Amino acid sequence: MGCKVLSKVKAAILGSGNIGTDLMYKILKNEGNMELALVAGIDPNSEGLARAQAKGIRTSHHGLDAILEDSEIKIVFDATSAKAHKLNAPSLREQGKLAIDMTPAAIGPFVVPTVNLKEHIESMNVNLISCGGQATTPLVYAVNRVASVHYAEVITTAASVSIGPGTRQNVDEFVQTTANAVQQVGGAKLARAIPVFNPAEPPINMTNSVYAVIKEEFDEEAVIASIQSIVAEISSYIPGYRLKGIPFIDYRDTPWGRLPTVVIMNEVVGDGDFFPTYAGNLDIMTASAYKVGDLYAAHFLGTKEVSR
Amino acid sequence: MKIPRLTDTTLRDGDHAVSHSYTPEMVRTIVQNLDEAGVPVIEVSHGSGLNGSTIQQGFSKYSEFDLIKVAVETAKQAKIASLFVPGIGTSNELRQAAELGISILRIAVHCTEADVTEQYFRLAKELGLEAVGFLMMSHTQPANVLVEQAKLMESYGADCVYVVDSAGALVQSGVRERVSALKEALSIEVGFHAHNNLGLAIGNTITALEAGADQIDGTLRGLGAGAGNAPTEVLVAVLNKMNLDTGINLSILMDVAEEVVAPLMQTPIVIDRDNLSSGYAGVYNSFLLHVRHAAEKFGVRASEIMEELGKRKAVAGQEDWILDVAVELAEKKALKV
Repeated sequence: MGCKVLSKVKAAILGSGNIGTDLMYKILKNEGNMELALVAGIDPNSEGLARAQAKGIRTSHHGLDAILEDSEIKIVFDATSAKAHKLNAPSLREQGKLAIDMTPAAIGPFVVPTVNLKEHIESMNVNLISCGGQATTPLVYAVNRVASVHYAEVITTAASVSIGPGTRQNVDEFVQTTANAVQQVGGAKLARAIPVFNPAEPPINMTNSVYAVIKEEFDEEAVIASIQSIVAEISSYIPGYRLKGIPFIDYRDTPWGRLPTVVIMNEVVGDGDFFPTYAGNLDIMTASAYKVGDLYAAHFLGTKEVSR
Repeated sequence: MKIPRLTDTTLRDGDHAVSHSYTPEMVRTIVQNLDEAGVPVIEVSHGSGLNGSTIQQGFSKYSEFDLIKVAVETAKQAKIASLFVPGIGTSNELRQAAELGISILRIAVHCTEADVTEQYFRLAKELGLEAVGFLMMSHTQPANVLVEQAKLMESYGADCVYVVDSAGALVQSGVRERVSALKEALSIEVGFHAHNNLGLAIGNTITALEAGADQIDGTLRGLGAGAGNAPTEVLVAVLNKMNLDTGINLSILMDVAEEVVAPLMQTPIVIDRDNLSSGYAGVYNSFLLHVRHAAEKFGVRASEIMEELGKRKAVAGQEDWILDVAVELAEKKALKV
């Protein structure tokens, strides 16, 4: 009696730019475990804050401070910049708020919802890698869980108009972060990541190709089934994530000899919440962030349930 | 007309044509001859630029850094250049090549994406390198867009910007418009890099010179990606006939082209159906051998793949799209049967 059922976990978005705005629409349209309590930016005239107000969401232009003032907020999506996130992270941690880092700062572990979220469920700061990382590391993981991947190479192609100045000024960062994640999360012993920006009009959808070189004998059908199964899982939270054709084996001359190479081609079409649908590279970040937040919220609620 | 600076890129563009199989011995011999002939710049690296040894672009048989080292040690007067494509190479490889003693870095991007080159131009200049911008697939954009992009490179510190006809798709009027627009808008040098898909590599290069180009490229016997480039020895012969004395020794070039480079060719570099369809559709020349591989694997025609890649406006570095197109064409074919 009088006991209010704790049904949702309060979340906030830090950063009222395009990424923050698309994420806001995703939280609002899903009946998940989070309640969007605040969108905080630093520019009172930003379009993102106006859009949040129009949806009846509380906003602030006092950035991090507004979030720290609200002790009920448990989950914070940081959609600012790597530099800002490095400054924000310590106080979020001190206040016991989970930070879902959408920037390249990578203070906390890399997470991909279908691969390793459970391992990091108690972590207070997790990082979403990069668009290419979210798209390709689960594919490498799917191969590696059946046949050990010696070398993986991932190519991420996105429409030029969907690539922001942050990425353009620091291509090295994308290359290194994504390759690291292909090893750490995907499980490949060696890895390369290559981005391509294509300016075709009308803009192209995001595509990813994965080449996974395997040195041992393996069951081709089991590898392909494993890939198809992880794609089905991912498409449950990113509806436009799909295979282009059935993955196949191609023999390639490599530094380790002529070896079978699993070739996986993937396309990501966005949901069109705020970004245009071709910008699957942006949508995959907000959709993955939403999924991570929702799973954490469910975990948080479950833990509360148990302690009661 | 100004006497141009000639860069020989047999050991970079030609790397595609030999499936990245150059050995240190080949590099030594070719550099020795080019250097002795008086060619001022010799480009050496993976065909797709530093760190290009990948599945997507093709693995190199020997480390390109070993090849660059040999080239630097061998050249007495010539400067050694390397190609760099942001995203394929990173600052690490750039620094490594600089440490090995290259003098020139040629930074290549698709001709609408110059803003990704800033960090690399700044680093190259910081390391004391001459930095040249390469606007690839220049046929896809009008002169005014190329001017905007070239000006960005100039603002990052470029010493020269090239109009690069990666697909061999430009005809002479297109070359003239683009090169003269850059000459007019920039205060730095302008270059032109040709491919021979339409049989215009030499003609287009001469047109570029007439339009004011300061730097031009060639490869011995035309040994370059796809239909190959303007043959260096032919260029020198033509320049001599035009009374533009580069000081380069023609007979050494003819000998090395005939005796050293021609035997390296896996297949003759001619304008066959694959190369003509590639140039006609405006497809990046380095795709050729990858297209042939995919055509064979999936039982479709290389020229069909070229045509579809042109429609999709594939850019440099998109070899994976070749497989995607081949799979789709094969599926369509299966449906028809």
